[in-house]
Amino acid sequence: MSKQKARAPRGTLKRVFSYLKGYRFFLIFSLFLALVSVISALYLPVLIGNAIDCIVGKNDVKFDTISQIFLQAGIIILVTALAQWLMNVCNNKMTFGIVRNIRNDAFRHLQKVPLSYLDTHKTGDIVSRLIADTDQFSDGLLLGFTQLFSGVLTIIGTLIFMLWIHPGITLVVVLVTPLSLFVAAFIAKRTHKMFQLQAEIRGKQTALMEEAIGSHKVVVAFSQEDELLEKFNDINCKLQKASLQATFFSSITNPSTRFVNSLVYTGVALTGALTVMSTGGASLSIGALSTFLAYANQYTKPFNEISGVVTELQGALACAARIFEVLDSDVEISDAKCKNHLSNARGAVTFQNVNFSYVPDHPLIQNMNLTVAPGQRIAIVGPTGCGKTTVINLLMRFYDVSSGAILIDGVNIQDIPRKELRSSLGMVLQETWLRAGTIRENIAFGKPDATDEEIIAAAKAAHAHSFIKRLPHGYETVIGEDGGALSQGQKQLLCITRLMLSPPPMLILDEATSSIDTRTEQKIQKAFATLMQGRTTFVVAHRLSTIRESDLILVMKDGNVIEQGDHESLLLQQGFYAKLYHSQFEESQGGTP
Amino acid sequence: MRKLLRFLKPYSKEAALGPLFKMLEALFELFIPLVVADIVDVGIKNGDSHYILKRCAIMVALGVIGLVCSITAQYFSAKAAVGMATGMRGALFAHIGRLSYAQTDRLGTATLLSRTTSDVNQIQNTVNLVLRLFLRSPFIVFGAMIMAFTVSPKAAMTFVVTIPALSVVIFGIMIISIPLFRRVQSKLDRVLGLTRENLKGARVVRAFVREQESIEEFSAANSELTRLQRFTGRFSALLNPLTYVIINFSILAIVYLGGVQVELGHLETGDVIALYNYMSQILVELIKLANFIILITKSCASAARVNEIFDTPSGMTKSDFYTEEESQESIGSVEFRNVSLSYHKESDPSLSDISFYAPAGATVGIIGGTGSGKSSLVNLIPRFYDVTDGAVLVNGHDVRSYSNPDKLREQIGIVPQKAELFAGTVRENLLWGNATATEEEINEALRDAQALDFVAQMEGGLDAVIEQGGRNLSGGQRQRLTIARALVRRPKILILDDSASALDFATDAALRRALANLSYRPTIFIVSQRTASIKNADAILVLEDGRIMNQGTHAELLERCPVYREIHEAQFKSTEVTTA
Repeated sequence: MSKQKARAPRGTLKRVFSYLKGYRFFLIFSLFLALVSVISALYLPVLIGNAIDCIVGKNDVKFDTISQIFLQAGIIILVTALAQWLMNVCNNKMTFGIVRNIRNDAFRHLQKVPLSYLDTHKTGDIVSRLIADTDQFSDGLLLGFTQLFSGVLTIIGTLIFMLWIHPGITLVVVLVTPLSLFVAAFIAKRTHKMFQLQAEIRGKQTALMEEAIGSHKVVVAFSQEDELLEKFNDINCKLQKASLQATFFSSITNPSTRFVNSLVYTGVALTGALTVMSTGGASLSIGALSTFLAYANQYTKPFNEISGVVTELQGALACAARIFEVLDSDVEISDAKCKNHLSNARGAVTFQNVNFSYVPDHPLIQNMNLTVAPGQRIAIVGPTGCGKTTVINLLMRFYDVSSGAILIDGVNIQDIPRKELRSSLGMVLQETWLRAGTIRENIAFGKPDATDEEIIAAAKAAHAHSFIKRLPHGYETVIGEDGGALSQGQKQLLCITRLMLSPPPMLILDEATSSIDTRTEQKIQKAFATLMQGRTTFVVAHRLSTIRESDLILVMKDGNVIEQGDHESLLLQQGFYAKLYHSQFEESQGGTP
Repeated sequence: MRKLLRFLKPYSKEAALGPLFKMLEALFELFIPLVVADIVDVGIKNGDSHYILKRCAIMVALGVIGLVCSITAQYFSAKAAVGMATGMRGALFAHIGRLSYAQTDRLGTATLLSRTTSDVNQIQNTVNLVLRLFLRSPFIVFGAMIMAFTVSPKAAMTFVVTIPALSVVIFGIMIISIPLFRRVQSKLDRVLGLTRENLKGARVVRAFVREQESIEEFSAANSELTRLQRFTGRFSALLNPLTYVIINFSILAIVYLGGVQVELGHLETGDVIALYNYMSQILVELIKLANFIILITKSCASAARVNEIFDTPSGMTKSDFYTEEESQESIGSVEFRNVSLSYHKESDPSLSDISFYAPAGATVGIIGGTGSGKSSLVNLIPRFYDVTDGAVLVNGHDVRSYSNPDKLREQIGIVPQKAELFAGTVRENLLWGNATATEEEINEALRDAQALDFVAQMEGGLDAVIEQGGRNLSGGQRQRLTIARALVRRPKILILDDSASALDFATDAALRRALANLSYRPTIFIVSQRTASIKNADAILVLEDGRIMNQGTHAELLERCPVYREIHEAQFKSTEVTTA
């Protein structure tokens, strides 16, 4: 489907034009300026020709007239230059504005796509569409604006001037030039696919690089540099081939059209010379012939430019198509119509016959039922891959249930605006995510207007204050992408602090404290205990203490809740939980003296 | 830019032939006005239509030759430019692979990506154009100038004024716009960084309902980029109009001066027309050249950014301790002798004065608070970093004595803290550990890593597809696969860097039992936060602030190390109560 779209540049073009709408004024103004600059540029040779006509021979040069003509010519030159510059300014404004809008739209769109889209598309690929493709698109568009208008106008203008001088010879020009357009169109059609292939391979390469660079350390640990390099070189070779094809075949356009032009030029010289001879200079003087030749050159030149621009635009359109593909992905179902509100959730959570699968025909969660009273703590335990994370995905509505319903305070969460739902649920994920920026910015992520006191208080509560203080610039320390040089534990502490700052009525903790050393963890557990008071909390738990203190333990296996109850009752059941528990218990008991 | 020219070397033949054919084409182009002059001066004057036809045939022939030359030139220059870019990308990628972890941290993935992609593309386009135009344009400019001088040296003196004026304009604009383009690129980098970050953190962004703010931040950065692009565009757009003004005023001057010469009887009218034509020809080429210089300035910025990567020295220095690695029998003993490590010269050492000896087959537990240096310590064994002081010995030999660190690393199986997998199949990921592993060996490693069951359940089993970053697996599954990946090579030394954190307790316990019973008995280093994971170790190192605070067995440490006792009791109590 995606390929089909990219191959249909006509639709793409239409969409590009829709982005142009906001710049109608600049477009008209730019067209007008192009007209001014073309007319004045075309008129200049006439003036200079007139001046040359004043130079007849020895002691027969009319300097008075020449001075007059030159005054006009000077003004014309300045007008042309000014119009050219202003036109460029307009085109700049339009192009970069359009690209900005497209980028903004795409980014905004990405905030609305379901997470399944982001989970199934490579980040590097999306990024390359949003950045590299838009960049190439803007280059092509700018060139298009700048050269297409003035090119077309120059052709029309020259045609008029030529008709004015001699309609017969103009006919020769008009008859031969379409050949140039034909050649250009032919080549453009052929190369479009090549450009597309090139963009596709480039996307693949970017994805590979992202993986290799992002997980550099693992690559080094397993000495896989060479293997990855081989893979990379393989794609690189393919890219070289595709690139060479696209570049070479598109670059044939220019020489080919230039060749057609030289045919035009020869045609004019031939018919012109014969006309001059046969009429004895009555219908065409030698001077007029040379002007004509100059015009013939000028007439065909824009064809070169236009064909160059057309190839460039083809490339730009291929890029645009790839961006629009992102824009065309489905967004989450709008919840603007949701009338229910969740301003102060009490925290009663109910799962009613919930079924869910990531991939159709591969059911994961089947018929899950659960009732949680406000303020309860629910521990989710079970072997890895049993569906614990999925429960969280469903609670946060990162994914929607396939059937059944999840209710909060008796309201189906699908009837609550996502924003309100998510604001009521605080989450610390297993994978830390921090932004490039200062520590303070990271902590205040959920509450940008937090005061210093609030931030420090939250950091203290999460026991992050002491390590932050020891950083070179304290809270103003800039950390790189993905937390940069911070240790996993420090990153996790920051994530917890982020949540501490404005704790919502319900919490989701996903193995959040797994990489923090025990001493710190103890303190955090205490802080969490305070935090959890009165708040419904779901914990994907590993600590026995956490599990033991929970009101309800969900034992999950293969997507199903196979047992639920509190610690004592579950142990009495002698089931899966008891088995899990004992394996851990025996282990820790074994080495204790 | 000059430094990058080495990538053009393999294509020096193409790079020379491209411009050469382009010049040939230009040469034929310079002939055409002469032929036209012949038609006018001889053909028309004598009324010889046969002569005119012959001249026109010559013009067509010149056109055909020009076409052939030009297409040949396009091919060679495209080949050279694309080849150069391909080589550059390959070298960049290889170089990035050799950078140390600290260096890639500093540069950031986004930067490295954009330099390998868009910057290299920019250079490719420019080189392609340079090869086609750079010789051709000056050739025509100088050719036309020489012709002008032969016609009338006095009138042609205008060129002496025009050319310096043009140079000032062109170079002036170039000097100012290079830094501008560089700034545009850095703004683009920022937009790229924001996008990447947002996509990676989509869950957190949505959980905190920060979509609107992210959009605003992105829009702001995007607008800033646009503003700068427009400003730079406005400025560099001055180039064309300015050259147009200069050249056309020179034409006026040349016509006027020509007129004076005609008045004096030194020149004919036709000569003035010729002078005018040459000036026009120069104008056309200079406009091309000016546009082209804008492109070059843009690319110089790109080239500088690419060079910056190349200039980042690869992390590992060549060894001064080189001995013959063949003589080193791999037994698996590890010794640290007064080891200190600082990541940066200015910063506090991450490790100081670490000494211990782990005989082959021993299990060493490492425990300590966040930032105490646990990971740094184990990272020294496969020589991810070089010690600042002291020495790390594996098999009794300094790790720096391996001329090729891979020889050292292939004896070591490391499971990093962050479980990272790669797009491909399960099998492909596991073969990283040992490319020649048999199906049996793979299954054994999976069994030991407690991953056999879930891999068997995946569609395709060993050939199940893993998405980029292992996104389609849970954290615990990823960790177990990374453990299996390390076990597949049956390492002499196994390093587990807190790598069971996402495992539930049952799996964790089973894993530890399996590791204790590995048939090939590797030396095992276990970094952990939990005493339960390491209490059976032969020796436990308690780290604090980069120093070994205490070392001994579990029982010894309980007795004499209050910190260890505290950690243990905190964890032990929780289990004790439940069993009561």
